Amino acid sequence: MNTQLKNGFGPKIIKLLRNNTVPLMFIIICAVCIPVSGFSGSYLLNEMVTRIARNSFLILSLLIPIMAGMGLNFGMTLGAMAGEIALILTADWQIWGIPGVVLAMIVSIPISALLGLLCGTLLNKAKGREMITSYIISFFMNGIYQLVVLYMMGPIIPIKHTAIKLPRGYGIRNTVSLLNMRQCIDNLLAINIGGVRIPVLTLLIIAALCLFIVWFRKTKLGQDMRAVGQDLEVARDAGINVDRTRIISIVMSTVLAGFGMILYLQNMGNIATYSSHSQIGMFCIAALLVGGASVEKASIGNVFLGVTLFHLMFILAPTVGAKITGDSMIGEYFRVFISYGVITVALIMYEVKKRRQKSQMGQQLQQEQMEEESK
Amino acid sequence: MKEKTIAVEKDNKLKKLVKNFGLPRLIITGFLLLLFILAPIVGADFFAQLTNTINRFSWNAIMVLAMVPMIQSGCGLNFGLPLGVIAGLLGGTISIELGFTGGMSFLMAILIATFFALILGWGYGWLLNKIKGGEMMIATYVGFSSVSFMCMAWLLLPYHKPNMVWGLSGKGLRTTISLEGFYDKVLANFLKIKIGSLEIPTGTLLLFAVLALLMWAFFHTKVGTAMTAVGSNPAFARAAGININRMRSLSVIISTWLAAVGILVYEQGFGFIQLYTAPFYLALPAVSAILIGGASVNKASITNVIIGTFLFQGMVTMTPTVMNSMIHMDMSEVIRIIVSNGMILYALTRKTEATR
Repeated sequence: MNTQLKNGFGPKIIKLLRNNTVPLMFIIICAVCIPVSGFSGSYLLNEMVTRIARNSFLILSLLIPIMAGMGLNFGMTLGAMAGEIALILTADWQIWGIPGVVLAMIVSIPISALLGLLCGTLLNKAKGREMITSYIISFFMNGIYQLVVLYMMGPIIPIKHTAIKLPRGYGIRNTVSLLNMRQCIDNLLAINIGGVRIPVLTLLIIAALCLFIVWFRKTKLGQDMRAVGQDLEVARDAGINVDRTRIISIVMSTVLAGFGMILYLQNMGNIATYSSHSQIGMFCIAALLVGGASVEKASIGNVFLGVTLFHLMFILAPTVGAKITGDSMIGEYFRVFISYGVITVALIMYEVKKRRQKSQMGQQLQQEQMEEESK
Repeated sequence: MKEKTIAVEKDNKLKKLVKNFGLPRLIITGFLLLLFILAPIVGADFFAQLTNTINRFSWNAIMVLAMVPMIQSGCGLNFGLPLGVIAGLLGGTISIELGFTGGMSFLMAILIATFFALILGWGYGWLLNKIKGGEMMIATYVGFSSVSFMCMAWLLLPYHKPNMVWGLSGKGLRTTISLEGFYDKVLANFLKIKIGSLEIPTGTLLLFAVLALLMWAFFHTKVGTAMTAVGSNPAFARAAGININRMRSLSVIISTWLAAVGILVYEQGFGFIQLYTAPFYLALPAVSAILIGGASVNKASITNVIIGTFLFQGMVTMTPTVMNSMIHMDMSEVIRIIVSNGMILYALTRKTEATR
């Protein structure tokens, strides 16, 4: 059957379609929804630019673990938590504006690195089930995060300002305002083109990260990671320290996720202390998958296509849902369903493919053996 | 090298005991014992606490029991429990919609839920057979996507019963539905024992005992043994002529059905049906309970269920009261999150269990 598929032009298109089912589905959904929603083009464009600037950095942080064959890093939530802790601290030190953002990024590095190290070490103990483990790690660390932020900030970690602290004297309020930091990076160097505001500096930072990733792939470490991602055993035989390489990839991802969260929150202008990070992993992963990435392969192109399509759907769904069914909640639920659904489908496709490859390899081996025997 | 370590282990029996039982389990058991000792000291009513623990045990035990078949057949921890829960919720709401009341509504709810659980469980089992090796992650997301899909369905399905739908618009189910007049505490009040402040919901415990006994008996039948064989050694099972996919499907269906019954029993104890996003994270407490009870990712028994549910629910009920009266600080929620997820993490990262 495979040889049949390889020949001819028609099957090629089928293959192309099959490999890009998810993005195509989204393009169709969005194409249908845009006229129904009745949003103006400039409004949509403005929203899209804002959201691309807000989310791309976070999603890019997922690429490195995929390269190292560790699947979708649900543990990026750890980086998001580190970013939030760093921002809470800088907000308490009253360092605002760009220096505040830079300081928060610096503060977040050791926290992210430590959490990443922990996550990487645990994932090395659970090879072959990294995703579910990283997913549970994010839940577990959420408990630790609450312990730190809700109980230890105040008595153990000094917090001075009552605007941040809960009235009871310890713990952080549900929302921490970053008003003096709000969009400081976005607004610097921002330009207006035909009513669409473009946050040039943010986009430049994202571009720099893209360049870094492209460069990193070519370094020795990057090559090692790809080797580890291809085949653990072969990489080990080639003299690569597999465990160390995997830990580095997770640490890098966590640190980048921390930066991404800080960029995200400076755009939002406030921190929802106990919920900002909880959904971020899910939305970033869904966006990446919508862009056509899979569990084992993801490119920078997937990130941008994904963030565009996914957030377009996000803006459109509530309004369209309300227009069609007369109930605004339907759209809300619909977009949550789509996020989960996309991840489910991607995971299923990945596992089915993995199994098919395995059985193909088994058949090949059998054939070779039979040939040898007949000789 | 390996022989050496085994010899060392033999020398140190205590160490071996700790290793077998698992340090986290030991800590949790110790923690619970400490709570029980501290409770009277800090002035909490011991029997009221015990009643609470037993009550919560009776609500949750069947959902924990639902973990057993899938673990035994090698499908791993059933993070897809919410799928079965949805079957149960459909059963409960449809039974009320059809106008049944009292104990009859509970029976009908179970009957209708069984119908949905069979269909959903069959599909779920078919899916899990396609993706052997990646069950747990996909199960998690099957659970999530089905819950979020049902969020839309609860709004759109044609329910009309006035005590279930939103008052203003007259359509779309409410987020919480009171079961008063329907199957609220039908099991708990059956043969209820009351001694002072100690109350025992005999009916609920009886139902759990019957189901647990059936499960135990099932794993001693030919089919049950075959199922265990599939889980512990698939190659051997295939050689023995066992249809692996059928065994796995069967275990998934049983698990889904138990989850459906489990949520109905939970509702009758709790007194409310919770819809929409409520079932999202139901799997985690059940998973961690059975792990605390001593199960691993590929081995579980009824004893694990009973011990685990008791320890977990004991911890959940005791921590707030004891903590509050000791340090005037309610850290129970945080402790619950850390303990339950820590336990799952521990089970997932044990080297011996990772390579199968």
